[in-house]
Amino acid sequence: MKKPVIDASGVNLTFQTKDAPVHALKDVNLQIDKGDFVSFIGPSGCGKTTLLRCIAALETPTGGSLTVNGLSPDEARKARSYGYVFQAAGLYPWRTIEKNIKLPLEIMGYPKAEMDERVKRVLDLVDLSGFGKKFPWQLSGGMQQRASIARALAFDADILLMDEPFGALDEIVRDKLNEELLKLWDRTGKTICFVTHSIPEAVYLSTKIVVMSPRPGRITDVIESPLPRERPLEIRDTPEFIEIAHRVREGLREGHNA
Amino acid sequence: MKNILPILTVLLVIVAVWYAAAIKMNAPWTYAQAERAGTEVTFSEVVRDTLAQERPVLPAPHQVAQELWDTTVMKKVTSKRSLVFHGWVTLSATMLGFAIGTTAGILLAIGITHNRAMELGVMPWAIASQTIPILAIAPMIIVVLNSMGISGLIPKSIIAAYLSFFPVAVGMVKGLRAPDAMQLDLMRTYSASDAQTFWKLRLPSSMPYLFASLKVGVAASLVGTIVAELPSGATRGLGARLLSGSYYGQTIQIWSALFAAALLAASLVIIVGVIEKITLRRMGMAV
Ligand SMILES: Nc1ncnc2c1ncn2[C@@H]1O[C@H](COP(=O)(O)OP(=O)(O)O)[C@@H](O)[C@H]1O
Ligand SMILES: [Mg+2]
Repeated sequence: MKKPVIDASGVNLTFQTKDAPVHALKDVNLQIDKGDFVSFIGPSGCGKTTLLRCIAALETPTGGSLTVNGLSPDEARKARSYGYVFQAAGLYPWRTIEKNIKLPLEIMGYPKAEMDERVKRVLDLVDLSGFGKKFPWQLSGGMQQRASIARALAFDADILLMDEPFGALDEIVRDKLNEELLKLWDRTGKTICFVTHSIPEAVYLSTKIVVMSPRPGRITDVIESPLPRERPLEIRDTPEFIEIAHRVREGLREGHNA
Repeated sequence: MKNILPILTVLLVIVAVWYAAAIKMNAPWTYAQAERAGTEVTFSEVVRDTLAQERPVLPAPHQVAQELWDTTVMKKVTSKRSLVFHGWVTLSATMLGFAIGTTAGILLAIGITHNRAMELGVMPWAIASQTIPILAIAPMIIVVLNSMGISGLIPKSIIAAYLSFFPVAVGMVKGLRAPDAMQLDLMRTYSASDAQTFWKLRLPSSMPYLFASLKVGVAASLVGTIVAELPSGATRGLGARLLSGSYYGQTIQIWSALFAAALLAASLVIIVGVIEKITLRRMGMAV
């Protein structure tokens, strides 16, 4: 039997705040297999970011067990298991795009020649060849976000954690980046966890859609997508697509009423 | 070029007001002289006299300019009467003090941002040190160091350092803490060490803050040096020039020393500003 890449069982997390404890995650059970594209969708405050941060060992669950590649999240991070893409590109303004992508490589101690070779490869991958010498402010928002994806891809993490990476972009740019992200996923075979609050985005991208609801943050539905891996943008007009989108919407509504 | 006009206008107004004030403030002496001699003076004679007295209450601008010219361009720089000589004495102590103060300020800031105990233990003392008036403490430092056989450049530099370390430390603490939660989280996802986070994130982020406080610090260093030159019968430096001028009622000398100090301060701040521009531009942080 194949072991899941990410395995959460009974994960709970309560933040102790000044006024009242916040139950951000309640009894989260989830298995993510290698090569899955998983979207987390739900209204804001339902714990999507918190769950992703637990996987990344940026938060520690207060209960339950969580493994990443069979390791604890902390060990998995030290083993360079994942790359993290934040909502904002967060490129360092004093580094060129090239140097920004080199940042994790420098920290991880890659040799110089290999750094150059990797930078070139990931710039190609996100379609930014020729922009390596530019500073972040010289690039559009969409290009900056692509650069930040390249930065997360530069070292060989087999998991990509993305927290609303396209949330701040307009729809046209977003469509294009979604399409590119799918191609990139197909080419690299990475496992991707993707937080969004857009239903079409979740349905278009995912092999597995995790629907969440707030207070306390929990999973209300997990949908295995029947859509093929090959997905042109037009797939969004097919009955299958609309049916899944409908199920997601229902799941969100139920969570809201409960 | 567009902003030259307002600057010139303001300058002209200042000069006009200055002349008017000089005439008004120096006139009593002119009248007293005339009375003693038993002569009448016309208004134009008063104007001419008040702008050309040897020890005016307020020297006229052209007198100060003349004195500045005479004591810089017209004197050998090794002469004791050369403002270039005195300016250099002050400048060298300022630069040494500024270097010491900046280094101390940066090190203190690094300590504070990496060690909570240090923040609680050292910061109150640093703040307390700045509440002591420099005029009170400068003579004590000079006297104490003199009794230990240390005189000349070093005591002045220590006072200059004392005034510049604090703005640098405060600005640098702010700068080293400038990275937001997301930038720090990014470093954590790479399991970066504290040292790596410092060199690759905190230090570059702090640069704009550092330069802002360096400008304050360099001016403060100069003030510190001049104050340190006032007591203890110093004979060299712009501070000593100010003091000896006031001993002998040489108002023109005082004012020209004052202008030299102001010019020096302005030049130092401008130089720091130029270095700032070049550095930030090379870092890609200024357009
Ligand atoms: N560091 C924290 N301290 C206290 N409460 C937090 C913290 N981080 C998140 N929360 C709370 O946990 C809940 C889930 O937040 P989050 O995971 O950011 O939601 P989402 O990403 O789905 O919008 C929210 O109620 C939020 O206020
Ligand atoms: Mg969020």
